[in-house]
Amino acid sequence: MSNAPYLKIENLRANIEGKEILKGVNLEIKGGEVHAIMGPNGTGKSTLSSTLMGHPKYTVTEGSVTLDGENLLEMPVDERARKGMFLAMQYPSEISGVTNADFMRSAMNARRGEGKEISIMKFVREMDKKMNFLEMDESFTHRYVNEGFSGGEKKRNEILQMMLLKPRIAILDEIDSGLDIDALKIVSKGVNELRSPDMGILMITHYQRLLNYIKPDYVHVMMQGRIVKSGGQELAEKLEEKGYDWIKEELGIQDETVAAEA
Amino acid sequence: MTVKAVPFDGKIVTGIADSQQEPAWLRRLREEGLNRYSEQPLPKLDKTKIDKWNIDDFTPVKEEKAIDSYDLLPEEIKNLVEDGSAGVIVQKNGTVIFSQLNDQLKDKGVILSSLSQAVKEQEELVQGHLFKSGVTDHKLTSLHQALWSGGAFIYVPKNVEVSEPIHVFQWLEGDSLGMLPHMLVITDVNSSVVVAENVIETKSQSSVMNGMVEVFAKDGARVKFSSVRSLGSTVTDYLYRTGVTGKDASIQWALGDMNHGNTVANTQTFLKGKGSNTKVYSVAIGNEKQKENFVSHVIHEATHTDSDVLSKGVMFGEATAIFNGITKIEKGAEKSNGQQAEKLLIISEKARGDANPILLIDEDDVMAGHAASAGPVDENQLYYLMSRGISRKEAERLMIYGFLSPVIDLLPGEKMKTRLNTLIEGKLSI
Repeated sequence: MSNAPYLKIENLRANIEGKEILKGVNLEIKGGEVHAIMGPNGTGKSTLSSTLMGHPKYTVTEGSVTLDGENLLEMPVDERARKGMFLAMQYPSEISGVTNADFMRSAMNARRGEGKEISIMKFVREMDKKMNFLEMDESFTHRYVNEGFSGGEKKRNEILQMMLLKPRIAILDEIDSGLDIDALKIVSKGVNELRSPDMGILMITHYQRLLNYIKPDYVHVMMQGRIVKSGGQELAEKLEEKGYDWIKEELGIQDETVAAEA
Repeated sequence: MTVKAVPFDGKIVTGIADSQQEPAWLRRLREEGLNRYSEQPLPKLDKTKIDKWNIDDFTPVKEEKAIDSYDLLPEEIKNLVEDGSAGVIVQKNGTVIFSQLNDQLKDKGVILSSLSQAVKEQEELVQGHLFKSGVTDHKLTSLHQALWSGGAFIYVPKNVEVSEPIHVFQWLEGDSLGMLPHMLVITDVNSSVVVAENVIETKSQSSVMNGMVEVFAKDGARVKFSSVRSLGSTVTDYLYRTGVTGKDASIQWALGDMNHGNTVANTQTFLKGKGSNTKVYSVAIGNEKQKENFVSHVIHEATHTDSDVLSKGVMFGEATAIFNGITKIEKGAEKSNGQQAEKLLIISEKARGDANPILLIDEDDVMAGHAASAGPVDENQLYYLMSRGISRKEAERLMIYGFLSPVIDLLPGEKMKTRLNTLIEGKLSI
């Protein structure tokens, strides 16, 4: 296995409660690359991220997903994470009574494996450093996971976890939603800090705005549960300028949502 | 030939009273208890049948030798004593074997002794309070009244603050024994105390624990009472705690029930003084074939009284448990606020847990609220934790600790917290 991560999605179809949402997604992400998936609401973007992470609500009916050649779809959620998958969630759970520090230490130790646990001192230093970088108050260490966090604080907390866990493939699901410009800058700073040949990034967003701060190498447009158009940064700029209608026209799509073509 | 313990008669009661040279009023209390015990039915517990449980098949009052110095106490007890603690008292089976109170507190008039000794040395104080907190009257409590021995007595005089914990140990060792400890806590006007009770068992089969706690918080007094119990799977535990508050007084109960056997635990608090309050926070973990019944009961009798009841349970194996919260607001207890919540995590399919919030309100000008839930761990939370690489088992463990933390956080001192955490860990790994 080479060191650079490689995620390969082929003809992925998935449904929720019997309703098909993903209708044949193809995508390859390699270490060092930043991909952005854009598209209007209801086109399957978030389903793609949850399906890749293994949310139990979604059932894969066809296709394959491999990470570094290994079949991701056969793995439970926690194993996918230990292999290097990470999903910064749009709506992170609140977990009362579990401190951020205990949560993160458990997660880091789970990735490191038995007998290789991180020392408490080293963990505290690392967490402090990353929190500093993300301009997070020290009190977050001892606060319960996401409980009482504002929208922006939750997003920062997701990026903090990403920085500590150093995934091979990071999926950012609408990491920009509900952020003011200052928070967006900080979150982007965190993501950019991690950009390296050792990590591939998949960003899901409605807005071109995010792409000003995290420059993608590839931009994809999702409609009706599949990727209908791919390009570079210029595609995002065109979308910002002209909206999605010209793509629909070009491809003869009337209704871009998943529901349309049931 | 095996000797089966006979149903108790007057001789046993006389024997206990004689051995402690007890005064006539106390003998009468014991005799009355014995009479009522033989006449009364078992208490009717909501959804828990105890008629086949071991009620009185035991040898009462096994006497033990006193221990002269703290150093000679077993490690498992010393390990639970915080540095700088206010005092330590240890009852093993029928006898208080050790008692020691910080000298400065002694000088201030604080008393820590066995209840038997307090009957001799503080007769008036004991007589004025013993069995006077409003203990529910039935076969189990009457049996206790007849046969209690040893016991712990804590008295804090007016305006004296005891901020470090007084450690009370109840130590059961040996088979087919009955241990009936009675704790009497009296905090005088504007005083405070922290009581840390640990119940431990070493090598005991088929024994019965029938204990009672009475707490009197006089006007302006503050009592923090914490307890962690861990009795074995063949030991049956009956426990009745009662608290009474004066004006502006408060009683905080933080209770961790980690028994492995059948358990009945009832904690009732009478808010008798205007502006007084209580907090009743408890956790229990049931596993294997345990049957348990927990009641947290608050009675608001005065105006401007507040209560906050939180019961948390985690059910594994084939365990069954009932968690009842009862908030009673009497007519005339205006401007009172009674809140309660019972929350259960049902981990395994065969486990059963019942959360029953009961509000009994006889006054209009009050606030009251309740919440109850029973179900498995939240799938979305589980997914979130697992998406960071944490295994299902470890994720469940984290969530259970998180779920129980509001109660763990109230325990005084790290050692008691650590003990509860260790016991929880043990329960989770069965």
